[in-house]
Amino acid sequence: MTRIALQALRKEYAGQVAILDLTLEIADGEFFTLLGPSGCGKTTLLRMIAGFNSIEAGTISFDGTVINDRPASERNIGMVFQNYALFPQMTAAKNVGFGLQTRKIARAEAERRVAEALESVRMGHLKDRLPGQMSGGQQQRVALARALVIQPALLLMDEPLSNLDAKLRVEMRDTIRQAQRDAGITTVYVTHDQEEAMAVSDRIAVMNLGVVQQVGTPAEIYRRPANRFVAEFIGKTNLLERDLVRQDGRALIDLGNGQIIDVTDMINPSASGRVQVSVRPEAVKAASTGLAAEVVDETFLGSHSQVRAQLVSGDIVEFLEFSQRSVLWQRGEKVFLHVDTNLLTFFDAASGMSIMAGAAV
Amino acid sequence: MKIGGKPVDGWTSIALLLTGGYLFMVVWPLVTVLLASVTNGEGFSLDGFATFFSSRLYYGTLLNSLLVTICVTVLAFVIAFPLAYFMTLFRIPGTRTIQVLILASMMSPPFIGAYSWILMLGNNGLITRWFKDVGLEVPSIYGFTGIVLVLTLQLVPLIFTYLMGAWRTIDVSLLEAAESMGMTGWRRALKVIMPLLLPTILGGSLLVFVRAFADFGTPMLIGQGFRTIPVLIYSSFVGEVSVDRSFAAAVAVIVIAVTLGVFLVQKFIVDRRTFSMTAMRPIEPSPLAGWKGWGVYAYVYGFLVLALAPLVVVVVSSFRNTLYGQFVDGFSFRNYLTAQRDIIRYITNTFSIGLTALVLLVIVAVLVSYLTVRRKGALTGALDTMTMVPYVVPGLIIGIALITAFSQPPLVLTGTFAVMVLALAIRRLPYSVRSTTALMYQFSPSIEEAAVSLGASKFRTLVQVIVPALAPGIVSGAVLSWVTIITELSTTLFLYNTSTQTLSLGIYAQVIRGQLGTAAALSTILLILTMLSLFLLLRLSGGSREIRL
Ligand SMILES: Nc1ncnc2c1ncn2[C@@H]1O[C@H](COP(=O)(O)OP(=O)(O)OP(=O)(O)O)[C@@H](O)[C@H]1O
Ligand SMILES: [Mg+2]
Repeated sequence: MTRIALQALRKEYAGQVAILDLTLEIADGEFFTLLGPSGCGKTTLLRMIAGFNSIEAGTISFDGTVINDRPASERNIGMVFQNYALFPQMTAAKNVGFGLQTRKIARAEAERRVAEALESVRMGHLKDRLPGQMSGGQQQRVALARALVIQPALLLMDEPLSNLDAKLRVEMRDTIRQAQRDAGITTVYVTHDQEEAMAVSDRIAVMNLGVVQQVGTPAEIYRRPANRFVAEFIGKTNLLERDLVRQDGRALIDLGNGQIIDVTDMINPSASGRVQVSVRPEAVKAASTGLAAEVVDETFLGSHSQVRAQLVSGDIVEFLEFSQRSVLWQRGEKVFLHVDTNLLTFFDAASGMSIMAGAAV
Repeated sequence: MKIGGKPVDGWTSIALLLTGGYLFMVVWPLVTVLLASVTNGEGFSLDGFATFFSSRLYYGTLLNSLLVTICVTVLAFVIAFPLAYFMTLFRIPGTRTIQVLILASMMSPPFIGAYSWILMLGNNGLITRWFKDVGLEVPSIYGFTGIVLVLTLQLVPLIFTYLMGAWRTIDVSLLEAAESMGMTGWRRALKVIMPLLLPTILGGSLLVFVRAFADFGTPMLIGQGFRTIPVLIYSSFVGEVSVDRSFAAAVAVIVIAVTLGVFLVQKFIVDRRTFSMTAMRPIEPSPLAGWKGWGVYAYVYGFLVLALAPLVVVVVSSFRNTLYGQFVDGFSFRNYLTAQRDIIRYITNTFSIGLTALVLLVIVAVLVSYLTVRRKGALTGALDTMTMVPYVVPGLIIGIALITAFSQPPLVLTGTFAVMVLALAIRRLPYSVRSTTALMYQFSPSIEEAAVSLGASKFRTLVQVIVPALAPGIVSGAVLSWVTIITELSTTLFLYNTSTQTLSLGIYAQVIRGQLGTAAALSTILLILTMLSLFLLLRLSGGSREIRL
């Protein structure tokens, strides 16, 4: 069981900075996810922790011990790779047993642990299959068992589910979460799928361009994004740029056609000027009064439909409509939108940083 | 420990060791040849080169060689292209067998081909005599015609194998697209397919060029008055021509320069036009009917007969009775029985020397390819380039280089077991390194990282994970290397003595001595060994028809 601390970590590829002075703490037994767009440095960071990438500056420590110079083979890390990386010439059982063999675990005990590990991912019946004879999901299960069986100090997974189909992805992520909970192993998980990150993580670090944008629980990140990048990357949102007006000690924002909201208690006392209001789709409902808008289109998606409407200000707002009308709205139809003020977040228009009360400025 | 940001570990030492070994065993001997070519007893002199270019007797051999090589390269391609085209596009009865037989003829040693054509069409040959009996003269097989005939038949299969590999990467949709634009048949083959195959064609042609240019056995046996440059090197080195060693060295340097030039030109062209293709849907052969079908069959089977005839003739001849080395009427096992003791010695040597060379070769090839693929750096890059050196150096010259460098104390290797092993391993190394490197590249680095993260050391990972996973490819490559090692003649020609004489050297010696019966018996044994290896290779590569050269 391990606590991980990354201190001012930096990685350069031929002078090009890939990870910039990154500091993070991961708690013992935590399921921690690195989330971010392609090329933001997730894999790079994970491989630095694993010991496969050089470290240009800063330290990585496990339980307070700096391990920068410890070779990968001695870090006691279980890794699960995107392409499974099973040894092609070894059966499932041999693959899982490999790490025990290098640790010189006695034969009988090793066999017992291999059987247990394969059983825990429901692969016991296929223990004599070669990787070439297994489906992608089965290979990924074996890879997971192989990483867990060595009782690693830390489990690292780099987009382990991205080669699987949508249905299997959901099933496997539950398997992974379950296995991780049972073993209580500190886990760093990499994905660019925000839904997956939300579903499995205790905490998430949202990264962009080699810099951590925000660290928090899924709910914190979704509800209180630290900046515009996070708000847009996690879930969908509509950004409305408006003026923040101070009047009689109150902070007011005019959303349009007379809909003035009082945000005094929500934002930093010092904030003013141009702001961006982040309106999540679920904060908007069609109503009999409110913001006047004109429907652009409505897409039927089964349990609900997705509506895009244009405000008088010209902004397009997207929201979800759950009423099961038999006829969809047509382009140009007039609607009124009610906005739930409690679900809004606010950013400084220039810097893109959150101006919510309590947010770091 | 770190030096310049890179971790220094066991691999660096291995890379240094290999580089050192290579510098000492390969580069240094070649440098001695180079030095010998520009010095005489006293100091710097270009006398060797001057002598070469002063007499038609000498520089003529270069022209002869170039003439032969260009003819062979062009002919081999012209014959092989339709062969591969037919075999890919049309369903020909016995396709699998045909491919195996073509492979078999490719793997048989060229000097056996030369020897066999002499048995058929030589002054006293079978066919020559039949024709004489009915009062007809057949054109002489000796000289230019014979060399070109033998080498072409030998090398068509090589280019054919390359082309078949390339055809398999072409997707049917490409052919269909061309057809939908109104291009079919030969026009399509030339306009659409040829450019796609060009890198392969050039690569294969280079190999044909290098082999034909460097071949010593064929012109030596069948060339007679028509001398090519390897024959000149041989005779000047053994002192038949009354000039000093700096002359032989100068000729060797000229040969290397020509081969290197051709190699660089080919590389320059190929690097510019490599396409990466994989066929989602490879071409399915279609059935043939009518006169077109018969034409195609006649072409394919005709080539097969021509390519295999020499082998059949040698095998049959080995059972003919002989008198003072010449064939006479009647059949028996006498050739085998009388030469029994020699045969056993040759076979023992072939196996002991060949297998030792093979083991050395495979180990070095695996290490070098691992280093160049996974440990990219200046040192490993240099190592990779160095291992390619023997690719452009004909075997005869490798032999000369080794004796020039290692025939004086403190290190006298001439005539030893070690020098035979060394020479054979060096000769084959470029091919082995290349094929193993291709295997390494296909091997995902994350599998290696998985092993390391599970606690295995880099070395353990190589031995327990990478090599076993690549084993099928490595073993197939080793079998191919084995075949080239047992059929190698020119590299070891200067290096052997009676206690290290192998089968192929034995055949050469017997032919030169006029012991045709013994030579046929030995050739038959060598052919059987080759065919067994081929059989093993096909078993190993199982269903996959791809064979790496
Ligand atoms: N070996 C390398 N050499 C040079 N640059 C590299 C190397 N590996 C990664 N990079 C660069 O570093 C940056 C981060 O790459 P990284 O692979 O960590 O991204 P990622 O977040 O894992 O992306 P993805 O989601 O696409 O896997 C990218 O700009 C990439 O081009
Ligand atoms: Mg990645």
